[in-house]
Amino acid sequence: MSENQNPYPGQDVATSSAAPTHPERFDDPGVPAHRSRLTDIDPKAAKRNERIVALIFAISCLGAIATVVAYFAVRPDGTTEGTRLSTALLGVTMAISLLGIGIGAIHWAKSLMSDHEYVDERHGLASSPEARTVAVQHLTDGVEDAGIARRGVLKGAAVSALALFPLTFAVPLISSVGGDWDVSKFRHTIWERNRRLAYDPSGRLIKASDLTVGSAAHVIPEASEEEMRSHEWITEKAKAVVLLVRLNPEELRSDQSPEGETWSYDGIVAYSKICTHVGCPVALYEQQTHHLLCPCHQSTFDMADGAKVVFGPANRPLPQLPIAVDDEGYLVAQDDFAEPVGPSYWERLK
Amino acid sequence: MSTDTSPSSTTDAPATPAGKAADYLDQRTSVGVAVKEFARKVFPDHWSFMLGEMALFSFVVLLLTGVFLTMFFDPSMALIEYHGDGPEAMQGQLMSVAFASTLDLSFEVRGGLLMRQIHHWAALVFMAAIVVHMMRVFFTGAFRKPREINWLVGTLLMILGLAAGFSGYSLPDDVLSGNGLRITDGVVKSIPVIGSYTSYFLFGGEFPGEHIIPRLFTVHILLVPALIVALIGVHLFLMVLHKHTQYPGGGRTDKNVVGYPLFPVYVAKMGGNFFIIFGILALMGATMSINNVWNYGPYDPSPVGAGAQPDWYMLFLEGSLRLMPGWGTEWVIFGYTLSLNVLIPAVVIPGLLFTFLFVYPFLEARVTGDKREHHVLDRPRNVPVRTGLGVAFLTAFIVLALAGANDLIATHFAMSLNQITWVFRILFFAGPVFAFWITKRICLGLQRKDRELVLHGHETGRIVRFANGEYIEVHRPLDEQERWLRVNYDAHRPLEIEPATDARGVKRPGYKKDKRWQQLSRFFYEDRVEPVTPAEFAAAHSHGEHDEIAAAQHSPELVSGAEKVEREH
Repeated sequence: MSENQNPYPGQDVATSSAAPTHPERFDDPGVPAHRSRLTDIDPKAAKRNERIVALIFAISCLGAIATVVAYFAVRPDGTTEGTRLSTALLGVTMAISLLGIGIGAIHWAKSLMSDHEYVDERHGLASSPEARTVAVQHLTDGVEDAGIARRGVLKGAAVSALALFPLTFAVPLISSVGGDWDVSKFRHTIWERNRRLAYDPSGRLIKASDLTVGSAAHVIPEASEEEMRSHEWITEKAKAVVLLVRLNPEELRSDQSPEGETWSYDGIVAYSKICTHVGCPVALYEQQTHHLLCPCHQSTFDMADGAKVVFGPANRPLPQLPIAVDDEGYLVAQDDFAEPVGPSYWERLK
Repeated sequence: MSTDTSPSSTTDAPATPAGKAADYLDQRTSVGVAVKEFARKVFPDHWSFMLGEMALFSFVVLLLTGVFLTMFFDPSMALIEYHGDGPEAMQGQLMSVAFASTLDLSFEVRGGLLMRQIHHWAALVFMAAIVVHMMRVFFTGAFRKPREINWLVGTLLMILGLAAGFSGYSLPDDVLSGNGLRITDGVVKSIPVIGSYTSYFLFGGEFPGEHIIPRLFTVHILLVPALIVALIGVHLFLMVLHKHTQYPGGGRTDKNVVGYPLFPVYVAKMGGNFFIIFGILALMGATMSINNVWNYGPYDPSPVGAGAQPDWYMLFLEGSLRLMPGWGTEWVIFGYTLSLNVLIPAVVIPGLLFTFLFVYPFLEARVTGDKREHHVLDRPRNVPVRTGLGVAFLTAFIVLALAGANDLIATHFAMSLNQITWVFRILFFAGPVFAFWITKRICLGLQRKDRELVLHGHETGRIVRFANGEYIEVHRPLDEQERWLRVNYDAHRPLEIEPATDARGVKRPGYKKDKRWQQLSRFFYEDRVEPVTPAEFAAAHSHGEHDEIAAAQHSPELVSGAEKVEREH
């Protein structure tokens, strides 16, 4: 390492240009001359900066102490505001402590530490030919000592053992990690014949007469209180949620009822709330246009026209839940959905 | 430090306590060699070399605050009814223990909310620092030999950063992150053949099940951080081995490194930088609330928030999903469903973006035909096509990220969501092409400006009238450092290849392959601005001002188009 070493001593271009032939390229002028800072030449300035750095470090010390004081003195009173106050005080004092160290150290380095540039040599990264020869020789010797080349069966057996041993780990892990691996569950929800429709999340049952034209309701299947407090419920609910709207029967241009069946009831249609794109709940209903919008990726479905896609990345209509009204006037499902709800998957139509 | 390893040799035995400690340590670890090697190791100085440090230091902050959080977070999906110090709206709600413990560590643990907020901000800054650091490395050509492998390590670190961010974001088990997981599930299901089973693999059954949070916890605090730490080790080891790159300038060559010594200058600067970054993150955590999960509530598969955005580094995927039109993109082949409307935006597009990052250094080396080691960085203008491609890549990324916020753009600026989406659909294809073209042109223009400056110097604004009545403006020549910066670069030429047939007219095998590489190479280097040579410089100065202008007009400064390349054949 040498200071301000110039690897290519500069050649004055003005003189070289006077020569009859010119070099291909300019010459490197070398590392620029060092320019002294005020602190290098003026001891007063250096002393002043020393005091500034010391002051910054002192402020940092105060910040750290203030954090401890804030921790004990300001106890959150159980309100969100109290927590915010405590957070702000702890964080700001912590920042003073940290920033003090950081700013102090950098100011010290920039104003007081030597700013003379040094030059280190680089060396090519490749090993020397001698080292490579020795390395290759070592490997050759090792292969020779092990006798891998001569003992073919041994090589095969060792490779086989190494190839098979991951199974001892992978098989138990993979067979268990996916639960029962029964992907046909995607096909069914807990909707079934005569299961009543209930408001989400209260669980109150829905009467057809409760619904005014233009209204929309978030719907879950009727379930007991106990059922609704289980994990199985969350997983089932993730497939079973439905959005129900009541339209003026004249506005209902089409639904998904096959020939000879009626899946809607007096302008009331119920569609799966799980987007056929990637499965977000399609929750935004626009009463004027009868459009249902997915807030995640903006797929838009026309509730008055069989939930067909009118915009966005979804490709298929939302599956319709066939509904009817039971003897007591409650809305009930006629059956489960006719097709799997939610995003497409490889075996969807199998 | 004593070079004598024998403690019995008392001639230069250390007398001070520090010397004794060093001697003790050295006899057991030969630390002296390491100190000799590294203490005064030279590092070049530039503000942009701080970007990688920012990523490293925000990762350290993530580790520190993360340890704090693990002390109080309970990654269980068991359902409980909440009664705690949290906000009123959460009381009595059915929620997972993971969500409840997030509330507890925010409201009951003093400083817990601060640590949570610092952790989240640090994650956002971590990813931002990685991306900006990668931009610096890309645009200055720091990925060239011998650093190609380190570029790959860095790209892997970026992807691991995404994995760390995503797994951590989902841990509180709130509505917002739950819907994020649901989108992930939908994307996974779209993968042909194995999609449904991969979904079961992740969730231990059907979405959401009761396994995903504990699994993500293990991924977030063990698997991904361990990999990140290991790869950071490799990244820094290679950085030290290669010695840092340096910006071009007087005395800086591919054979040396010019800068300040590690001890004390960089110990102070880098150490100081760590504390500044930690301090700024602490300030952000103290004053800017982030991810207030109690406003969203515990996960429930039914509700979803409008205007919900993922963390910024995931926006490009979200935007990609939003832009893809659904019509006609779901194909049924032999009864099996292929959802291109999900597969293309969520798997193919990010796959292409990452592939570009992985292969670019090798591609550029191939079309440049360059096998030398490079330690002096390129000025971005001097490699116009690379710079253009980088800006095109960023344009695609930014268009996708903006598309991920198209609903917010629509509501904030009262515009039609559908129209914005269509504009972004077009911009995704047109934007990068336009950005490439205009960036390349700007680079060539800047190179010509450099030539102009070298040949004619700075304008001084001083007008002189000669005795014959002629007016000229006096130009001040560049000093040799200014000039060196502008002439010290290689304007690479397209590859030259062997002819299709040999001297006897026999067809040469491999010619077609060579020809294709040459075509790509032409795309890179057909348009180029050569640096000023001493001869041109001398010529410019040996004539009067009029001649100089004429010379400038006729000099072959911009070699453009196929004619020049054809002439070379």
